[in-house]
Amino acid sequence: MIIDFLLLLFLVICAIGAVYFKDLLSSTMILCVYSLVMALVWARLNAVDVAITEAAVGAGITTVLLIAALSRTKRGEEVRSQKSEKKSITVHSLFSLLIVIATGAVLVYGTVDMPDFADPEAPAAIHVSPRYIEKTYEEVGIVNIVTAVLADYRGFDTLGEVIVIFAAGICVIFLLRKRVY
Amino acid sequence: MRDISFKEKGLLMNDGTFQKQVIRRTIAKLLIPFIQLFGLYIIAHGKYSAGGGFQGGVIIGASVILYAIVFGIEDSRKWVSQKLSDILNSTGALLFGVIGLLCAIAGGMYLEYSELIKENPRLASYLGIYAVEIGIGITVTAVMITLFFETARRTDD
Repeated sequence: MIIDFLLLLFLVICAIGAVYFKDLLSSTMILCVYSLVMALVWARLNAVDVAITEAAVGAGITTVLLIAALSRTKRGEEVRSQKSEKKSITVHSLFSLLIVIATGAVLVYGTVDMPDFADPEAPAAIHVSPRYIEKTYEEVGIVNIVTAVLADYRGFDTLGEVIVIFAAGICVIFLLRKRVY
Repeated sequence: MRDISFKEKGLLMNDGTFQKQVIRRTIAKLLIPFIQLFGLYIIAHGKYSAGGGFQGGVIIGASVILYAIVFGIEDSRKWVSQKLSDILNSTGALLFGVIGLLCAIAGGMYLEYSELIKENPRLASYLGIYAVEIGIGITVTAVMITLFFETARRTDD
């Protein structure tokens, strides 16, 4: 139980660090660590399919692609001009603080009604999941229920996802490829 | 005597200088086949354990990106040419769509794999999911390669 708290605490620290650092390469590396810890959290929740996706995509490919994008831009964040550097409390900043506190309070209030961490009686686990667990092998003939749901029960959804990935590749080709006329 | 052994190992270049970045080149050459094998395992084994086409495709794509980081984009384009990755981009998505269409032709609904073989619907689902996972893997691999190769800054621009 204590390891869950430690992992979630580390996630929050990583998220704050990623925002705090001005060097974008450092932020990217911290996001990589964030994804790796997130993969551990998924594994703790017995969601191994999501964990392996998080480790491969979040910690692996996304970091490399962000670094590749950084190679085309500047590495540091834009230094603010002298004018906005003054740290004075204005009506605007007070108003912003009020909105942030109010939103945070609403979100915390919303978590009160949420099911406990890894609760087997959570609504998501008792509505349609038993149907898949009981019938998957009988209907689809494969043992990994997640793959059966992704490729068979929700095949259209997955087809859409593949088209989205394909469209991303095509867009990058159209926008960034150096064309020879 | 020494020079010959270095040359045989590919560490001594033709112009007499030693190759740079020996450690990371050696490690990459050693690791890439295993990474690709693991990616193929994840694609093919998605029906029994964690993983599937998407995760396996990402891992195979990552192996090509590792090669590109270590050996340079020009060299890796000789291995996976621009034309090949462009074709594979659409091949996977097309394979997925064609499998769905075959189900419709066989008399079922779109993507209803169990209609492919009437006598054995479970085998048909199994094979349909297998083909679809391979399609996803092909597209994801090619798109990951394309995203990296087109985004990273090259020496000529």
